[in-house]
Amino acid sequence: MSGTLKVTDVNKSFGGLKALSEVNLNIESGTVHAIIGPNGAGKSTLLNVLIGKLEPDTGTVMFNDISLLGMTPHEINQVGVSRVFQTPEIFGEMTLLENVTIPCYAKRDGSFKINPWPRVDEDEDVQSKAMALLEDVGLADKKDVIANSLSRGDKRRLELAMCLVQEPELLLLDEPTAGMSRADTNNTIELLKKISARGLTMVVIEHDMHVVFSLAEKSTVLAQGTPIVEGKPDEIKGDPKVQEAYLGGAHL
Amino acid sequence: MSTATAAPVSKAIPQVGEPKATSKGDLMTLAIFIAVVLTAPIWAIPIGAGYPDLLQKFAIFGVFAIGFNILFGLTGYLSFGHAAFLGGGSYIAVWSFKLLGMNILPAVLFGTLFGGLFALAIGFVALRRSGIYFSILTLAFAQMSYNLAYSVLTPVTNGETGLRVLRDDPRIFDDKSGGYDGTLIGNLFGLEMTGYTAFYFCASVLIIAFYISQRIFRSPFGLMLRAIKNNQTRMKFTGLNTRPYALTAFVISGMYAGLAGSLMAVTDPLAGAERMQWTASGEVVLMTILGGTGTLLGPILGAVSIKYFENIFSAYNKSQLLDTFSFLPDSIAEPLVSVLGLFVGEGWHLTLGVLFMLIVIYLPGGLMEGARRVSAMLRKRKAEKTDASSGQTTPAE
Repeated sequence: MSGTLKVTDVNKSFGGLKALSEVNLNIESGTVHAIIGPNGAGKSTLLNVLIGKLEPDTGTVMFNDISLLGMTPHEINQVGVSRVFQTPEIFGEMTLLENVTIPCYAKRDGSFKINPWPRVDEDEDVQSKAMALLEDVGLADKKDVIANSLSRGDKRRLELAMCLVQEPELLLLDEPTAGMSRADTNNTIELLKKISARGLTMVVIEHDMHVVFSLAEKSTVLAQGTPIVEGKPDEIKGDPKVQEAYLGGAHL
Repeated sequence: MSTATAAPVSKAIPQVGEPKATSKGDLMTLAIFIAVVLTAPIWAIPIGAGYPDLLQKFAIFGVFAIGFNILFGLTGYLSFGHAAFLGGGSYIAVWSFKLLGMNILPAVLFGTLFGGLFALAIGFVALRRSGIYFSILTLAFAQMSYNLAYSVLTPVTNGETGLRVLRDDPRIFDDKSGGYDGTLIGNLFGLEMTGYTAFYFCASVLIIAFYISQRIFRSPFGLMLRAIKNNQTRMKFTGLNTRPYALTAFVISGMYAGLAGSLMAVTDPLAGAERMQWTASGEVVLMTILGGTGTLLGPILGAVSIKYFENIFSAYNKSQLLDTFSFLPDSIAEPLVSVLGLFVGEGWHLTLGVLFMLIVIYLPGGLMEGARRVSAMLRKRKAEKTDASSGQTTPAE
């Protein structure tokens, strides 16, 4: 079993505000699991707890058999968890090829290695691996373009390619289609489907129901910091509790 | 590569990175660089810089700026305290002369090492912060070192008078037999470091320093340093630990500064606290930005131009200006000279200020951007010419 994520009894308060209470999640290996909920439900807090940015008051977060609590972001990444941000985080002033080359070295050399002598452009292994990944996400022809000049959708592709270089077992996605046009959204969904076919586990935090229904195999609905329902997307769709919390009683 | 250079191009054409650096191209650059540096005593004559003192300065500040650029140009961390490492390197080199003798090799070696160790200590603390806070921290540390060198550390630094080598210093490896007590000029196994000999020593160090920086720029390590400048969040979430990378860059640039400081002592075996002052830290920032931050050759160009203009403008005085404008009627020449007089001699920093403003406003990428623009223009004109000529031949066929 690899790529499982188990969240047990997580509580987190900010002053008097209870952001997460008694969160229990069991994410199985190889599934696409969506976490949805209205604004302020605690989705982002939960994600920040998962990636070590926030320390929960109580509870545990176990990835495979490793506790993620107290680890720094780069350590979490090195055990096999990658993250995609709401706004794509890329190396904006570098070329696409360089962007993908960096995670290649992170995968090969670990979190820190002084390697000041060989030339990057003559490292055939790394270069061909980087190119292959750019081809996977359909950006090979733009390899010498500066990353900042890409469209939002292409930036997302690039970010995904960078995450995939490291062959993560778990991929966390924070609103992967936020701020995208419909066409970009659909392209991104297609790409994410292709990625999930590789067998890695994906946790998607999402607002957009269209994305959730076309991607997720399982969804958890958060409301006021607590998971209220868990199940397949179409089961959730009809659940009155969800409609109450998420949609304010309106029908889908 | 830098923020500034990218902006104007982006509107016209899809943005593509700089012309790709190949190992062949880099080797060529290195070869040309070596040739230019070694022939400096010849080409510097017509521009009035053909004497060893100034050429030594070019080389030494070139080393200083190359090192500074490894930190500032690649990682984007702007240090305002590099003079501390420069001054520290000088003191250590002079102490090496005093204790071990006038051979410059240990002096240079210990100066460089000290720069690195000192940078490790300061960088360890200062790199806990980034941006302006990092700059202020480094500035504070450097000013602290400067004041310490002036006051508490006087037994080591000889305070205001400055540290110099004395006849009765131990100098244990110097040959003092038969009443002869050796000269007080640095030497490389007997080769005395004066005039052009000293320049060629500094020039060799500059070439090595340039080559190392070139390797770092093209290496995976250099790539990581550029990643720090670009996006630390993504770097952390790519499994990379950013702090040790930044610290290593800081230490390397500290070693370059220590090396430059010890070279100053090599060409003139004394050291004073003023080398640690914030103005000296500021100068290397100016050099790097003026030449082109993050480019390989830019910082050296910046160092050479600042030292060159300092030499020219600070040497001018009012009577020379009056001579220059003697062809004008007195009523015009006198006010003109009194205004221009502010910009020369002691006031040459005004000229530097104006020059710096002009460069930052019109050429944010520094002199290197200027060079790039000129070469792009020439290439375009050449392309148009061949287009035009081929256009003319087609109808004839």
